[in-house]
Amino acid sequence: MSEVIGTLFILFGIAFFVAGSIGVLRLPDLHSRLHALTKADNLGLGLLCAGLALIDGGMLNAFKLFLVWVLVLAASAAAAHLIAQQALRQAGK
Amino acid sequence: MTTTTQILLASTTLLLLTLGMGLARAMIGPSLQDRMLSVQLLGTGGVAALLLLSPLLAIPALIDVALVLALLAAVAAAALTRREIDDV
Repeated sequence: MSEVIGTLFILFGIAFFVAGSIGVLRLPDLHSRLHALTKADNLGLGLLCAGLALIDGGMLNAFKLFLVWVLVLAASAAAAHLIAQQALRQAGK
Repeated sequence: MTTTTQILLASTTLLLLTLGMGLARAMIGPSLQDRMLSVQLLGTGGVAALLLLSPLLAIPALIDVALVLALLAAVAAAALTRREIDDV
């Protein structure tokens, strides 16, 4: 049962990655592309980690997957802020 | 090959295909930030692909590799945006 739920989670996560890639490719300007990217980073990877933790079982693996997700959250938030700030700085010049 | 394994394999393939598609943004540009953003997406996608491959290939150490990759993900963006010269 937990495998079925885990697989569903993973499929939802992949759907977010697909949407994020299409958004990065198709949206008109930098800030909206940044918005699409963070959806794929945060929600896509989060659902994927949750699904894999359900499939794998094992407390240590689940903890590691959670840690990966938290690290990517922090990294992508910092990177998105840095990129947006630089773009605004250059636009103000 | 169980159904779960097949689904995992299919999702890994789909993930890599969409990441390759998203990488086209790095080629189109137009600004440096757009290219950085595309590389950022590829980094997260790489972490996701490693996590998916870990149960498929039965190599638990791949999760640790993904952990290191997640740690280093912000370094490139920080290095690009925090430099003094903005001429490129």
